[in-house]
Amino acid sequence: MMQGKMAIVGNAETITVFKAAGVDTFPVKDEKSARETLRKAAREYAVIFLTEDYALLLKDFLKRFDEEAYPVVLPIPSGKDTGYGEAFLKSAMERALGVDILFDK
Amino acid sequence: MARLNVNPTRMELKKLKARLSTAVRGHKLLKDKSDEMVRRFTVLLREDKRLRDEVETGLSAALKQFALAGALTPAYAQETAFSMPTVSVEANCETESVMGVDVPKITLSGERSAARLPYAYSEITSEADGSVQMVSALLPKLIRLAEVEKAVRLLADEIERNKRRVNALEYIMIPQLEETIKYIRNKLDENERAAMVRLMKVKSKA
Repeated sequence: MMQGKMAIVGNAETITVFKAAGVDTFPVKDEKSARETLRKAAREYAVIFLTEDYALLLKDFLKRFDEEAYPVVLPIPSGKDTGYGEAFLKSAMERALGVDILFDK
Repeated sequence: MARLNVNPTRMELKKLKARLSTAVRGHKLLKDKSDEMVRRFTVLLREDKRLRDEVETGLSAALKQFALAGALTPAYAQETAFSMPTVSVEANCETESVMGVDVPKITLSGERSAARLPYAYSEITSEADGSVQMVSALLPKLIRLAEVEKAVRLLADEIERNKRRVNALEYIMIPQLEETIKYIRNKLDENERAAMVRLMKVKSKA
């Protein structure tokens, strides 16, 4: 078992409130700084929350975290509805099952 | 289907038969593994969906509240109020094996009482307290979602890989071996018949 810290990366307005809850915050301004911050944070933190707007921009970059169990990068909703969650579930479903079992109503 | 490039001998036939039986057994095992992984995957997928919906509603409410607090206080005051956190959360990170795939298992530890706010009450409005509390309450769910979502990603990759293996065995490896075995058998039979005919001819001349 190892001790891990948690961090959140995103735009300042969304993430400040997480600071009071005990999560380390890294405000970023654009795609490039988000990428850099993530790269650094991945070495130190076990769980990294990332707001969805940046998760969409960094989609390809985030793939490198899919190989190992840690660090866990979790895109979280940032208030604006980006449809990221649904898109993610759909693509995972398509790859693994080939059929839609959640949204086929 | 192309057959393998081997000499039609009894030796090779024996070897190929052994390979075929291994391939068939491997194929069955992998297929079973695939079925079970898909079952687990669907369970995880449903949980992921449920958690995501919950987190989405909870978090957007908390953020709305926080935005309200931000609107009622000057930006610099808000910044200073939140600059020194009093609580810290630690995550105990372990891994768990789901069908041979290592997935994260995280439990929260450390102090998480939302009662201890990082600022004095005079500094900021009570809307901020509410939002901090909401986020603190959401953290366990967020962690669970992180766990599940990572597991979904890892499993999806593994299922894809496994499917490829099963297909390679089923559609390439096994038919190829069967074809080659058949070819060697025919060849050996042919040789035997030729030998027989030769013997008969030699005998009839004598």
